[in-house]
Amino acid sequence: MKLNGDTSQFKIVAENLNLHYGDNHALKAVDLAINEREITALIGPSGCGKSTFLRCLNRMNDLIDEVQIQGRVIVDGKNIYDKDVDEVAVRKRVGMVFQQPNPFPKSIFENITYAPLKHKLVKKGTEAESLVESSLKSAGLWSEVKDKLHSPGTSLSGGQQQRLCIARTIAVKPTVILMDEPTSALDPISTGVIEDLMMQLREKFTIVIVTHNMQQAARISDATAYFHLGELVETGTTEDLFANPKEKLTQDYIRGRFG
Amino acid sequence: MSNNPFYDPSLKHRHRSAYMLKLLSRLSILFTLGFLLFFLFDMVRTALPATWQAYVQVEVSYSERAKKFTRTAVPKEYRKVVSRAWLRNIPRQMEEDPGLLGTTQLLWVLADDQVDQYLKGHYHNLKEKEIAFIERLKTENTIKLDWNGVFFNNGDSKIPEYAGIRSAIVGSVLTMLVTMAIAFPIGVMTAVYLEEFAKDNAFTHFIEVNINNLAAIPSILFGLLGLSVFINLFGLPRSTPLVGGMTLALMTLPIIIVSARAALRSVPASIRQAGYGLGLTKLDIVKDHVVPIAMPGILTGSIIGLAQAIGETAPLIIIGMIAFIPDTPQSIVEAATVLPAQVFTWAGMPERAYVEKTAAGIIVILVILISLNATAIYLRKKYETKW
Ligand SMILES: Nc1ncnc2c1ncn2[C@@H]1O[C@H](COP(=O)(O)OP(=O)(O)O)[C@@H](O)[C@H]1O
Ligand SMILES: [Mg+2]
Repeated sequence: MKLNGDTSQFKIVAENLNLHYGDNHALKAVDLAINEREITALIGPSGCGKSTFLRCLNRMNDLIDEVQIQGRVIVDGKNIYDKDVDEVAVRKRVGMVFQQPNPFPKSIFENITYAPLKHKLVKKGTEAESLVESSLKSAGLWSEVKDKLHSPGTSLSGGQQQRLCIARTIAVKPTVILMDEPTSALDPISTGVIEDLMMQLREKFTIVIVTHNMQQAARISDATAYFHLGELVETGTTEDLFANPKEKLTQDYIRGRFG
Repeated sequence: MSNNPFYDPSLKHRHRSAYMLKLLSRLSILFTLGFLLFFLFDMVRTALPATWQAYVQVEVSYSERAKKFTRTAVPKEYRKVVSRAWLRNIPRQMEEDPGLLGTTQLLWVLADDQVDQYLKGHYHNLKEKEIAFIERLKTENTIKLDWNGVFFNNGDSKIPEYAGIRSAIVGSVLTMLVTMAIAFPIGVMTAVYLEEFAKDNAFTHFIEVNINNLAAIPSILFGLLGLSVFINLFGLPRSTPLVGGMTLALMTLPIIIVSARAALRSVPASIRQAGYGLGLTKLDIVKDHVVPIAMPGILTGSIIGLAQAIGETAPLIIIGMIAFIPDTPQSIVEAATVLPAQVFTWAGMPERAYVEKTAAGIIVILVILISLNATAIYLRKKYETKW
């Protein structure tokens, strides 16, 4: 959604967001509002700044040297770049799933319980056990792994590992989940499973997904934002944007890909 | 020929060059291996006699007179045959067991090193008369070569048959404990700080360059540093495992730092990202995820550093750990020697009997080094993360 005045109804609002990697102006005055409990897809050609924008939403860019960020990102009414905001706390509420499944080389059980125990969300013992069960169920992985919770997370298949990573993120009880091309390393069947999972997760979480696969964006997202060379070119409901793209760049990109 | 579509006239020549290269590489490996085997074979051959030691059966009379003039405890003709060092011990034996006084016992006692060398067929300086006596004992079966427990139970001695490696082993162990107790935690912490926390600026770069250079400094300089700082400035007791360990720790530190950093760097960035994505702090991620994954590599590097420190002699000579140490050190502040220094001392002794002890000492060092390396490989295989 483009911004017009009142932004309080949105879950996340980026206002005049500029980001430089050294001399590289990677995000140029981006304004974008994201609805709660919707899937918002970020699309655009490679290198256009989708991942960079996504990482601004949970301050992962802070970890990169030589990064400069101007502008505001308001989550739940608070600018997460304010001085009084701790970026670690931001990442707890705005979780992230990556392109390559990256479970810790520990057991499935520990993969899920490690962060919640650190955040003191649960206590060791039955509380932690039921959290493992509920998280794995939410991620649609429970029936496949319930008999081997103590085998290493890295022993699962790629698609299962990615669902484990999603379960691990859910276990921290975030309100927003950011996903950076979560299925691009997976086969079509695992991709389908994860897409179905995202549709279910939408009921509880606000999801922002970067994808280079436009069919995927069309299939699962409610809103879509098209980036080009660091600029947000066009945004709207997915149906609208794919049916009648207003900008020439968007048209070219969508037509080009759809043939 | 022309109807073979795969015919390539240049291939024959190219295959031959590849074959030649392979042959040369194999020859060079063979050459290296040959040298190694020759060295090992020669060492073991020289060291083997040290596992045996001559013993002679003799009537020992624990008289009041033997307390003062220990030589009188054995019959006159045995005085050149029995070890002087053993005779010297008689008063102590009698002190420990007063019941011995006045008794006469038929005992197997340690023989003199010349007798030992004679029995082993080595060079000796026995006189005709003594040789005849030994030959007579041989026919009576009252002289024999037996397992040389003395070598592993005694410290150094100026009397060859009484010299053993125990005090050097204990000295080495104590020194290495000090080295590791200092170098491992400091090295790992430094590596973790440089790799995970430090900003990438000119200052950290300067530190890095210096650490890398430290690894290339001749070890004897560390000895001089230990002497001037630890002994002269801090006044720590010289010749001790404490000072030796601290000096070797300085030497081992850069090895541990460099290898630990390499191990930390090889931990995939995705693990750190996973942690940040879950709202973990840097400390949580480093302590519970990155360091455990890097640990096998860190341990391997540290053990290799330790192995290098064990074989180090020059800096320890400078801080006085080359001293003559007959008694096994009980603590890190008692004078001690270390294995390579002990070998060095023995190598300089005039008596023929020390030759085999020198070789045996080298074998002991080799065995320790090989076990350390085996431990490193085992730890790496056992704990390395399976992705
Ligand atoms: N960590 C980084 N350091 C420096 N430049 C980066 C970094 N990540 C991305 N960039 C640059 O920012 C631009 C946008 O990259 P990115 O956000 O990864 O694009 P996308 O995800 O859309 O393919 C590119 O020009 C890229 O080279
Ligand atoms: Mg990207």
